[in-house]
Amino acid sequence: MRRIAPLLVLLLAGCAAAPAQQQQTVTVFAAASLTEAFDELALRFEAANPGVDVVLSYGGSSALATQIGEGAPADVFAAASEDAMQPLTDVYEVFATNTLELAVPIGNPAGVEALADLAEPALVLALCAPEVPCGAASQALFEAAGLAPVADTYEQDVKAVLTKVELGEVDAGLVYRTDVRSADVEGIALPEAEDVVNRYPITALTPAGGAFADYVRSAERRAVLDRLGFGAP
Amino acid sequence: MLWVPAALAAALLVLPLVALVVRAPWGRLGEVLVASGTVSALLLSLGTAAIATLVSLLLGVPLAMVLARSTAWPAVPRRLLRAVVTIPLVLPPVVGGVALLMLLGRRGLLGQVLPFTLPFTPAAVVLAQVFVAMPFLVLAVEGALAGSDRRLEAAAATLGASRFTVFRRITLPLVAPGIAAGALLCFTRALGEFGATITFAGNLPGVTQTIPIATYLQLQRDVPSAIVLSLVLMAVSIAVLVSLRDRWMPGVVR
Repeated sequence: MRRIAPLLVLLLAGCAAAPAQQQQTVTVFAAASLTEAFDELALRFEAANPGVDVVLSYGGSSALATQIGEGAPADVFAAASEDAMQPLTDVYEVFATNTLELAVPIGNPAGVEALADLAEPALVLALCAPEVPCGAASQALFEAAGLAPVADTYEQDVKAVLTKVELGEVDAGLVYRTDVRSADVEGIALPEAEDVVNRYPITALTPAGGAFADYVRSAERRAVLDRLGFGAP
Repeated sequence: MLWVPAALAAALLVLPLVALVVRAPWGRLGEVLVASGTVSALLLSLGTAAIATLVSLLLGVPLAMVLARSTAWPAVPRRLLRAVVTIPLVLPPVVGGVALLMLLGRRGLLGQVLPFTLPFTPAAVVLAQVFVAMPFLVLAVEGALAGSDRRLEAAAATLGASRFTVFRRITLPLVAPGIAAGALLCFTRALGEFGATITFAGNLPGVTQTIPIATYLQLQRDVPSAIVLSLVLMAVSIAVLVSLRDRWMPGVVR
């Protein structure tokens, strides 16, 4: 005990010292598909607001909503669909839209060309699990097209689908248009996808989150979202 | 002085599980339990964990015997072998899953020459479970071997017993409790495997969706039913661990 006592004192001192710094932390929970966009927006926001530290947590929108519902300390929540936001709050604003696109490994080894090709049983296909927004959008897309392909794996978020495509473990995956641009994969635009639009809501859960939520919605930030392939709300 | 931290430690381990039981939607228990997804996930979990334990027994017991004999080796190979056995215990299972993909995925070092594809199959679930769970068995058996009286083997050999007879009649009975304990720990660890499985084997209901993966996905849509699935896994694990008798625990062989 005598030997670890100084260590304990150090640890306690460290805990006590932290709030003394004039650093304000804004914790942002955001859908996995917003990774690149919010990484960049957070950097710009921090540059414009010295002393503010933006902490980002990405994941499947529904998983994040569950965490927030269980008391996770989020100041801002941005989801990939209104359905994922609604269990938490009806007070939100849609700030971007996104549509689905087919992602295939570089070189497209299976020769996938259109949505109908996904019905081919021999094709190794990754989709988002129906529990998460991109999975719900995928289902809506297939229903509209009258297709019922069976995936080989239903991943927990869109980035996991993208990883499986990037590694070449699957022949094709259905992801967001913006994800195709962010990864080492080939994209195949789907005309059918124009009708299945994901609307991204954002909300400030605490007063501390208000400034960042406003910043994401502000007109001049549209440039970042546009460049990454997001649509206007 | 001893009781206070000990009670705190026990509380830290037990209270979260108690909370799970308290928050459980008992009224919906039956409905979630008989859902076809729950049944198929439970059967898949039990089946793959049993096969993974069998594979671990066949391969892990010989590895444990080599590990036990390595005390006579020079320091470097001895420590390397021990590190190899221990690494999966300290590695995040997701890393194990990525490593398995790099080796056995479609474009993996071995995977690209294999005539079949492993990812997204029940076999991949078993492999992921063996990767994370076999070390538990190896270390338990090795502990039992280290605690056993090697002179009995030497005596049997001087009386003319062949090496196989010595193994079958002397070594195996001596370390049987260690093997049983190791196998049970290995089975329960395999049952709870999540990270390596979802990374290497993916998630397909009825094929690769085990109880932990089903629980994680249910958590995103329906928290009460995720709690029920957690209780199922907890009940099975507790049943297995309670069947472990004290003297079977590694380190208390005698």
